[in-house]
Amino acid sequence: MKTEVIKRHISDSLKSLRRNGWMSVAAVSAVTVTLLLVGIFMAILFNGNRISQQVENDVQVRVYVDRNVNQKKKDKLRKELKDLSSVTKVTYRSKSTELNTIVSGYGSQWKMFKGDENPLNDVFIVETKSPSATMRIAKKAAKLDNVSDASYGGRTARKLFKYVDGVRNWGLGFTVLLLFLAVFLISNTIRITILSRREEIGVMRLVGATNSYIRWPFLLEGAWTGLLGSIIPMVFVDIAYKVAYNAMNISEASNGFSLYPVMPFLVWIDLLLAVIGIVIGAIGSVVSMRRFLKI
Amino acid sequence: MISIKDVTKTYDNGVPGIKGITLDIDQGEFVYVIGPSGAGKSTFIKMLYHQLTPTTGNIVFNNFDYSTMKPSEVPYLRREMGIVFQDFKLLPRLTIFENVAYAMQVIEKTDAEIKPRVLDVLRQVGLETKVRRFPSELSGGEQQRVAIARAIVNKPKVLIADEPTGNLDPDTSDEIMDIIEKINDQDTTIIMATHNRDVVNSRQHRVIEIAGGNIVRDEKKGAYGVED
Repeated sequence: MKTEVIKRHISDSLKSLRRNGWMSVAAVSAVTVTLLLVGIFMAILFNGNRISQQVENDVQVRVYVDRNVNQKKKDKLRKELKDLSSVTKVTYRSKSTELNTIVSGYGSQWKMFKGDENPLNDVFIVETKSPSATMRIAKKAAKLDNVSDASYGGRTARKLFKYVDGVRNWGLGFTVLLLFLAVFLISNTIRITILSRREEIGVMRLVGATNSYIRWPFLLEGAWTGLLGSIIPMVFVDIAYKVAYNAMNISEASNGFSLYPVMPFLVWIDLLLAVIGIVIGAIGSVVSMRRFLKI
Repeated sequence: MISIKDVTKTYDNGVPGIKGITLDIDQGEFVYVIGPSGAGKSTFIKMLYHQLTPTTGNIVFNNFDYSTMKPSEVPYLRREMGIVFQDFKLLPRLTIFENVAYAMQVIEKTDAEIKPRVLDVLRQVGLETKVRRFPSELSGGEQQRVAIARAIVNKPKVLIADEPTGNLDPDTSDEIMDIIEKINDQDTTIIMATHNRDVVNSRQHRVIEIAGGNIVRDEKKGAYGVED
């Protein structure tokens, strides 16, 4: 197709969008509502997946040492831990180091536990070769002398997976339903604008316009509708995600799990919303055009 | 140029439109299609530009064989034709220039090709001073001239006109006929369905009379007839 023809289609589609006034507003609103829900859902789902993956890949076992255990016993425990199969590294973190982490994560009010008041345990961080070994090592470590408890990420992971799976399945079904609804709404809205232009389409056909030539401005109009409809959802998701990200980051320091960083995550989400908007808009208009183009 | 063989058309509700027509039209001919209302003139004309398809029989126009033609080829058939209607069928939101240019735009001509050609045909129909007006600002005769300009802008081989003077007074009809005859002088075939006795009698050309879905008369230099 010639560049000039493409330009003509683009300007025709924009003119028609303006001329259809409130009908265009109605179609754009339909896309906005849909994409708002889709956008929120996507942000939750992607991050749910990310966190459950982080938990799953967590190869650390935290071995809590009994309180008031002397250095000699701690050294012995470290050796015992190191000798367990599949263990790659054992790091010691004293209870004051642990408290410092909490203070930096949750705020200075936790400083009151400094010194003898510190209620935390000394911890050995045991790293294993694979996530699958963590459960076995945690069980063995818990049975060793001077160990009060041993925990690993897997238990939390399994619970989390169940939630994430549920969210994913229901959410996907819900999203597909929403997208269908949006296509339906858009195609109906555009159908009304096409009805008012039936005569014009008739004249186009009489002077020898091909169906694809007739279809282009309508298809583009649908795409613009979708793109315009994605603006509010983009802005909303951007702001909401930044707020959520900052809130979640406070706890990140202590638990080691994190959301996707704002950049480039939001760029991808915005792009995805725009693409989904454009595609459902274009599909909606093509669907509603079909019967006007039968010879 | 146009060959019509044993063409019949029965509508979906069983009503017969055309009962069996066979005829040939040569390049450069001027043909009136006359007959009383409901005789099948419009059905015949619509079949020529493939708005309706024959129930049986076949039409061949240049290289287009209607019986084997795919729907996707119909636009290309229509590019070889100019079509004019009684009700003009102009687009009200476009200016006169845009209405005519439109026919070139849809066949993907560039602006550089469109502008001089559109101005040229508007000059031919005597509307070069009204290019920026809208259809609603023109008289019926002027609107029909725009419609004719649109029909010939792509230099069609045939101009099909369905009652082009049907809505016009005698003087205006005369002006329109002058333009149509000038187009015919440039070797464009004219096929014109009409009720206008004065036009047919004063500008004699081939007359095909349809009645009850059949051709009842086909005369080289015919008149309208006496029975109507």
